[in-house]
Amino acid sequence: MSIKRRQFIKAAGAAGAVTGLSLSGLRFASAGSGKHVVVVGGGAGGATCAKYIRHFDSSVKVTVIEPKTEFATCFMSNWVIGGLKEQDWITHTYGDWSAKHGIDVIHDLVVDIDADKQTVTTRGGKTVSYDRLVVSPGVDMKYDTIDGYSEAASHLVPHAWHAGPQTTVLRKQLEDMPDGGLFVMASPPNPFRCPPGPYERVSLVANYLKRNKPKSKILILDAKDKFSKQGLFTAGWEKYYGYGTDDSMIEWRSRANDGTVKAVDAETRTAMTTFDEIKADVLNVIPAQTAGHIAHKAGLTDDSGWCPVDHMTWESKMHKNVHVIGDAAIASPLPKSGYAANSEGKVCAAAVVAMLKGNDAPTPSWVNTCYSLVTPSHGISVAMVYDSKDGSVSKVKGSGGLTPKGGDYTLEAVYAESWYLNIVDDMFG
Amino acid sequence: MTRTSLLSALFVAGLAVGHSATAADASGQMIAAQCNGCHGFEGKSVGDAPSLHGRSAALMAKAMMDFKSEARQATIMNRIAKGYSDAEIQNVAEYYANLK
Ligand SMILES: Cc1cc2nc3c(=O)[nH]c(=O)nc-3n(C[C@H](O)[C@H](O)[C@H](O)COP(=O)(O)OP(=O)(O)OC[C@H]3O[C@@H](n4cnc5c(N)ncnc54)[C@H](O)[C@@H]3O)c2cc1C
Ligand code: HEC
Repeated sequence: MSIKRRQFIKAAGAAGAVTGLSLSGLRFASAGSGKHVVVVGGGAGGATCAKYIRHFDSSVKVTVIEPKTEFATCFMSNWVIGGLKEQDWITHTYGDWSAKHGIDVIHDLVVDIDADKQTVTTRGGKTVSYDRLVVSPGVDMKYDTIDGYSEAASHLVPHAWHAGPQTTVLRKQLEDMPDGGLFVMASPPNPFRCPPGPYERVSLVANYLKRNKPKSKILILDAKDKFSKQGLFTAGWEKYYGYGTDDSMIEWRSRANDGTVKAVDAETRTAMTTFDEIKADVLNVIPAQTAGHIAHKAGLTDDSGWCPVDHMTWESKMHKNVHVIGDAAIASPLPKSGYAANSEGKVCAAAVVAMLKGNDAPTPSWVNTCYSLVTPSHGISVAMVYDSKDGSVSKVKGSGGLTPKGGDYTLEAVYAESWYLNIVDDMFG
Repeated sequence: MTRTSLLSALFVAGLAVGHSATAADASGQMIAAQCNGCHGFEGKSVGDAPSLHGRSAALMAKAMMDFKSEARQATIMNRIAKGYSDAEIQNVAEYYANLK
């Protein structure tokens, strides 16, 4: 309170020369330098937003707080699991990026947000104040939705739904699996990060097994009755992996068919559904998900476990001056994808820059595209362009959709890799 | 805000309301930011997708209109181009053309 009062008096002293400024304008004027935006999380959403704030208005000071010094993208981590790429290829660092764009990076974990005082506190004991805060913490796994599953158990039975060490563990387990072995995936209920992700992973595991361990089988135990790009995936599986025949490498068991995994025994790599018990050679358990812990801690989530926001600005409906983007936000009809996080990051950056000047946010526009590989040279995609209707994200009628019948799957695979190189350059370059 | 800029802002807002039943057009900068995910930061591609940086506005607008009408076939651009009004296509074409 006394600080605010002092700042006000100091600013009021300077105000003689700058008439006509609003009260909040005076407070900022007292800081002497540009406004300060803090970004929590340097992943797909956070890195994009930080970079574009500086790109749109270099007078804004930006600090990113991210515990990791190396960020492995989830996108294309299936390519690493399938043996198409090495872990290095999906791993990015912050040093050059920070220098190039004049962004401060603090490698620490945010443990608390005080939306009234406009400060964040880190595990390392730092308190950082902000004019506006952007939170992009991604997802946390709801381990407690599957009996016997936990953070600890996930080291034996990885989810690999955060890229990094678990990506390497799952790859290694596949390499160590005997020919004739069984790979079991527990696929999560909606909503979750990257709807086509589990099925791209299965495709690339099948591609690896077909070439190296052709007697092996894959079983998907699904908590859903349908999935993203299902027609395109199953057509590809029929073409390459015998799907639908007695000799199919891949079997998909839907929720209605007792697909939901209720419990696991990590030691014996066993998955339990209501009526069945399946012992796997490699078990990949992807549980239900929720907004990253800090979003819950800071009171940014609603009963759904995700963060309600104003789509025009991505400002939280729970706390003023705090914006939430990426997987943690309720963004529907935008999916929880890297492209969507990147797209939201830019709309949020433009809004933050405008709002810091006391202006209205500009008319937004969003894009999402998710490429997936069925084999290394058979790519498929789903795309959509979005605008705003009555203040919410809305699909532009007539745009987007799936790879059309007779589409060029070979070229789509080429452009999938091109997409990765460009979006990573757009975020971390 | 000066009196004249306030007045002109109100004037523009008035036009926007009468614009049409559809949403307001987004700026070239806003739309280009969305294309960059596939075409690279500032439209400088580091992959197999073509670069858009500094392309002539007329050629870019023609390409987009042809994708939109399906006069030109492509793997993804038909699905993307159909998401924008003709005015937005003009905006984004001019934005990339003016990048230095
Ligand atoms: C296997 C797989 C494949 C995928 N493939 C694709 C694809 O092909 N295309 C696509 O578009 N998307 C894909 N995705 C989805 C994409 O990875 C996510 O949607 C995207 O990363 C979301 O961005 P985000 O910023 O919300 O979270 P993230 O990118 O996960 O970033 C969150 C960051 O916040 C940090 N953080 C969390 N809490 C704190 C805290 N308290 N303090 C400080 N920092 C914190 C984390 O360390 C992390 O670095 C895939 C995902 C998976 C799992
Ligand atoms: C999902 C990825 C993706 C997005 C998003 C995207 N493009 Fe493209 N673009 C491509 C690809 C791939 C090609 C090559 C043609 C094809 O197969 O679609 C291309 C081609 C083009 C071309 C033709 C260039 C030439 O040399 O003939 C233009 C122009 C273009 N894009 C403009 C845009 C604009 C403007 C936007 C944003 C409104 C945009 N693109 C968004 C992937 C994308």
